[in-house]
Amino acid sequence: MEIFHKRIEEIHSDLVNKEYSVQELVEVSFDRIKEVDGKVKAFLTLDEEGARDRAKKLDEELSRNEELGILFGLPAGIKDNIVTEGVRTTCASKILANYNPIYHASVMKRLHAGQAIMVGKTNMDEFAMGSSTENSGFHPTFNPWNLDHVPGGSSGGSAAAVAAGEVFFALGSDTGGSIRQPASYCGVVGLKPTYGLVSRFGLVAFASSLDQIGPLTRTVEDAAYVLQVIAGHDTYDSTSADVAIPDYISALTTDVKGLKIAVPNEYLGEGVDSEVKEKVKEALKVLEGLGAAIDEVSLPHSQYAVPTYYLIASSEASSNLARYDGVRYGVRADQGSNLMDMYKETRSQGFGEEVKRRIMLGTYSLSSGYYDAYYLKAQKVRTLIKRDFEQIFDQYDVVIGPTAPTPAFKIGEQTDDPLTMYMNDILTIPVNLAGIPAISVPCGFVNGLPVGLQIIGKAFDESTILRVAHAYEQHSDHHKVQPAL
Amino acid sequence: MAISKKEVEHVANLARLNLTDEEKETFTKQLDAILEFANKLNELDTEYVEPTSHVLPISNVLREDEDRPSLPVEDVIKNAPDHEDGLIKVPAVLESE
Repeated sequence: MEIFHKRIEEIHSDLVNKEYSVQELVEVSFDRIKEVDGKVKAFLTLDEEGARDRAKKLDEELSRNEELGILFGLPAGIKDNIVTEGVRTTCASKILANYNPIYHASVMKRLHAGQAIMVGKTNMDEFAMGSSTENSGFHPTFNPWNLDHVPGGSSGGSAAAVAAGEVFFALGSDTGGSIRQPASYCGVVGLKPTYGLVSRFGLVAFASSLDQIGPLTRTVEDAAYVLQVIAGHDTYDSTSADVAIPDYISALTTDVKGLKIAVPNEYLGEGVDSEVKEKVKEALKVLEGLGAAIDEVSLPHSQYAVPTYYLIASSEASSNLARYDGVRYGVRADQGSNLMDMYKETRSQGFGEEVKRRIMLGTYSLSSGYYDAYYLKAQKVRTLIKRDFEQIFDQYDVVIGPTAPTPAFKIGEQTDDPLTMYMNDILTIPVNLAGIPAISVPCGFVNGLPVGLQIIGKAFDESTILRVAHAYEQHSDHHKVQPAL
Repeated sequence: MAISKKEVEHVANLARLNLTDEEKETFTKQLDAILEFANKLNELDTEYVEPTSHVLPISNVLREDEDRPSLPVEDVIKNAPDHEDGLIKVPAVLESE
């Protein structure tokens, strides 16, 4: 097997057994990037010098027989909305094209403590607003399974880089499905943790009450390794939860006997591709065969999740993106003889169309006379959506459905109509509104394009969704297939 | 119509955006469709439902009011588009007479 397709545990034992050095491993990653990234275009910025320096230091530690971190020596891709000291961080926006952070996000400090190596920053929809990575201010990313198709979004660069074997894992962020949907489209594992489990300090804010950082990996076990390193309380993030972090790796048994699975009929209803439904039903049969009990249930407010999400997320975004005004950082427009003109020119030239559309929607929803009708109304419906899940989780261990209603669509196919594009997130958005964790794991292919199974859990019960995903994965072969690039 | 072109112009000003005539047309149409879609929420009676602004049961998170080291000024202004003597420069706030 090619080194770039190996699992985290295999790489770890290879490094310990001196099969190759960390410096050689980093070159495997850069060689693969040189070989395939001209086609996939997953990266916006590479940090070759920084990665090689770090690899050299880690080789020295290895030779001193020091205790090794969980992610020792592993080349990783980091979504470009996670700030990295000394490495350009753009959020795939022209307005931040020249932004060079002077500090690290808390997740970067944790990855360094776990001894991972960042090789570069991955492409995304501008400010994480999108479901296809076509909204990048620089260039689209292409699906490694079929280059005519999108990789999903907004963490499309991270998902594509992992699927293409360019890195061993990546970090993404998930506000309405932005880790799980691209994971589904690219045939990799993507986990959105419970809101508050992973620090958001240094994650460029899109919608603060929904955003969460999480891993994209090739196996469930790899996701558990990465989560183990990045989860935990952080005093720099006031919304970070002060909870004990369990051992996620030891949770990976394949025992699901007696596990109670709820399947919402809304998740297998109208609007979901029939072949996607078939793949999900086949996966449920596998879990049933392992002793899990499956019941059909209803999440009656699911149909209201998409409008609720777009009002809340856009309102929070319009406030968060007020900071891009050409004063303290980013690109400033030349025109403008006074401050107000400078603000307007900077923002009009710097933001792309989707970002402007959402700022407009959010500003409108929060403006005088409309606040109660839109923003407050959406927050109340959010309560109803959250309650739907609470009631189900009184009786069930996990909720299962598809991650996305279809496999990856073609480049350019949905760019004309924002509402059509928003419907891609219909099955992932409710999870963000409820603040609970969910994982997408590959469950087959339709016309050569991957399909993802979504497993949703109780708040802070990542162990159970990892266990169920792992049990399924161990009884399937989809994760063993690689895209031909 | 949920939103008019005039309202779009007003909202663009609040959001500090200059829109071209074409953008005004497109956004009026698209925002109208999105808001029409959002009106679906009015099917639900939420009179006695508390809003959720945040999923975690936390309110204020406080720490001791002690001074801590902050970032050096020369680093902080490094990303500013224009600066002089450790201060960030902006165009005139008020027009001269």
